[in-house]
Amino acid sequence: MNFNLTKEQETVRKMVRKFATNEVEPIAADIDKEHRFPTETVEKMARYGLMGIPYPEEYEGAGGDHVAYAITVEELSRACASTGVICSAHTSLCTWPIFAWGNEEQKKKYVPDLASGRKLGAFGLTEPNAGTDSAGQQTIAVDAGDHYVLNGAKVFITNGGYADTFVVMAMTDKAKGNRGGITAFIVEKGFKGFSIGKTEDKLGICASSTTELIFQDCIVPKENVLGKVGDGFKVAMTTLDGGRIGIASQALGIAQGAFDVTVDYMKQRKQFGKKLSQFQALQFEMAAMKAEIEAARLLIYRAANFKDLHQEYSEASAIAKLVAGETAMKVTTKCVQFHGGYGYTKDYPVERMMRDAKITEIYEGTSEVQKIVIAGKIFGKDK
Amino acid sequence: MAYKIIVCAKQVPNTNEIKTNPETGTLIRDGVESILNHDDANALEEALKVKDAYPGTTITVITMGPPQAVEMLQECLAMGADDAVLLSDRALGGSDTWATSNAITAGIKKLGDFDFIFAGRQAIDGDTAQVGPQIAEKLGIPQVTYVQDFQIDGNEITVQRALEDGYELIKVKTPCLLTAIKELNTPRYMYIKGIYHAVKHDIKVWGAADIGVDLETVGLKASPTNVFKSFTPKPKGAGQKVAGDTEKDLAINLICSLKEKNII
Repeated sequence: MNFNLTKEQETVRKMVRKFATNEVEPIAADIDKEHRFPTETVEKMARYGLMGIPYPEEYEGAGGDHVAYAITVEELSRACASTGVICSAHTSLCTWPIFAWGNEEQKKKYVPDLASGRKLGAFGLTEPNAGTDSAGQQTIAVDAGDHYVLNGAKVFITNGGYADTFVVMAMTDKAKGNRGGITAFIVEKGFKGFSIGKTEDKLGICASSTTELIFQDCIVPKENVLGKVGDGFKVAMTTLDGGRIGIASQALGIAQGAFDVTVDYMKQRKQFGKKLSQFQALQFEMAAMKAEIEAARLLIYRAANFKDLHQEYSEASAIAKLVAGETAMKVTTKCVQFHGGYGYTKDYPVERMMRDAKITEIYEGTSEVQKIVIAGKIFGKDK
Repeated sequence: MAYKIIVCAKQVPNTNEIKTNPETGTLIRDGVESILNHDDANALEEALKVKDAYPGTTITVITMGPPQAVEMLQECLAMGADDAVLLSDRALGGSDTWATSNAITAGIKKLGDFDFIFAGRQAIDGDTAQVGPQIAEKLGIPQVTYVQDFQIDGNEITVQRALEDGYELIKVKTPCLLTAIKELNTPRYMYIKGIYHAVKHDIKVWGAADIGVDLETVGLKASPTNVFKSFTPKPKGAGQKVAGDTEKDLAINLICSLKEKNII
């Protein structure tokens, strides 16, 4: 057993930390306030390979690994959680299913543009009446000879307003539901009948784009069926297994970011003639938070490492996301508390971090859904 | 046209609070994070821009230092350099600028032909700004220091050489040596792909024997410089701005302020 990062992974952290300090952190408060998608940052991330870390160079990825990818999302999110999720949704939810489930033609057509960051990706599963309960899908795909016709709508789609390529789930056989009734499709921005609907106005991650996707007699060529017809549920679930590593990393980054600025604040802020850092009660709280952050970090790197080793990572990523999401919420809430009234203002970044943290307990499977996944591994089908 | 560029770089402690060994006057490196010297990053960036503009251009980074300097060379490779050489040998330890430039000049000669050499103006640890110019002298090539703007056309390089109150416009023919200042450019980051290649890259490590340098000209004993005293310069206090609506007011306020301080 070896808990050390590789030289490559350590250097990736060093690079992304520097990148985030120079390019991400200085604009984080502004883009949050303006609800502005940081297109210019995404272009820079693409230039340096941050938009395709775990994909081979053959497909114009950076040729890295999933631990390095987790570190990247963590370090970006430490400065700005919106920037972190742009990278995560793109890498884990769009590029990955095409890379893992696509045939060679699809991979050659779509992965290089995505892994190089020339194009941005998104993933469409959630609907008003079907998120995790994917059998409730109302988006229908009808076989029309050489193409499918999609009708319906998706909601809460991360990167929706800025993505070029979408992996979309639709019902091809209602009667079969999750067991062979759902099919995954690769949809391009310009496909006839496809449009972007409402942009959500959110509590946090305000600089990320969260939109509806609308399909009105949308024509999708048959060669854009991802996996086999009826494999959609498996495509979606395996995609989310990996996506959870990304969101757990985002949560970890938020927690670490809030923790770090709070340590600095405590060393400066004086009350009752002492620095906050000199009060033992507060020191102990910080120590406990550090322990929880470290525990989350190890769980995330373990899940990412399982993925790199092609071992089962479904349960590990659910555990990592459950712990990291709850840690992010807990740590940021306490960090606001330690800042007192200042922490409640937009003059200090912990206010934004606390708002950003909440989503990590919700998207890509709520904490409750993670418990369903974990409980499923404990009790299996023979409850 | 493709160029063959050599970049001289140094791994330095990431701090201005340099500690020195009081007996030898040399730097204590233990426990301090090490980084690529800032001006050297500017030198490398300019070379990389030439490489971007002229495909086929190759960049070799050369440094002298302890074995851990490999990390700095890996950073240079991850930014886009093609090859890297570390001169590392007990016999080279403790070299002053004269001895260092002897070793690096020998290393460059071993590397063979080049179009130009780019070095940083100076390292943040020693602040001498001597090694680059000494290398140029020892190689017998022209040099331009404090480069703040760089253009290349064939074998002719046009640079702006920064002065305190302006710049000189200088044309120089290759082969030559230039030293970069931070105004020249903004260094790029490492590429993720580059990191994975850099760690696997076989960085050449050459000792004194490999570069065929005369042992009487390198190392601590061969260094004519004795460090008399080293200190951290005290930062200058912030200046004071004299306010006033008219020129007359400004003059009066200035005189009052100088009188208050008993300067006049």
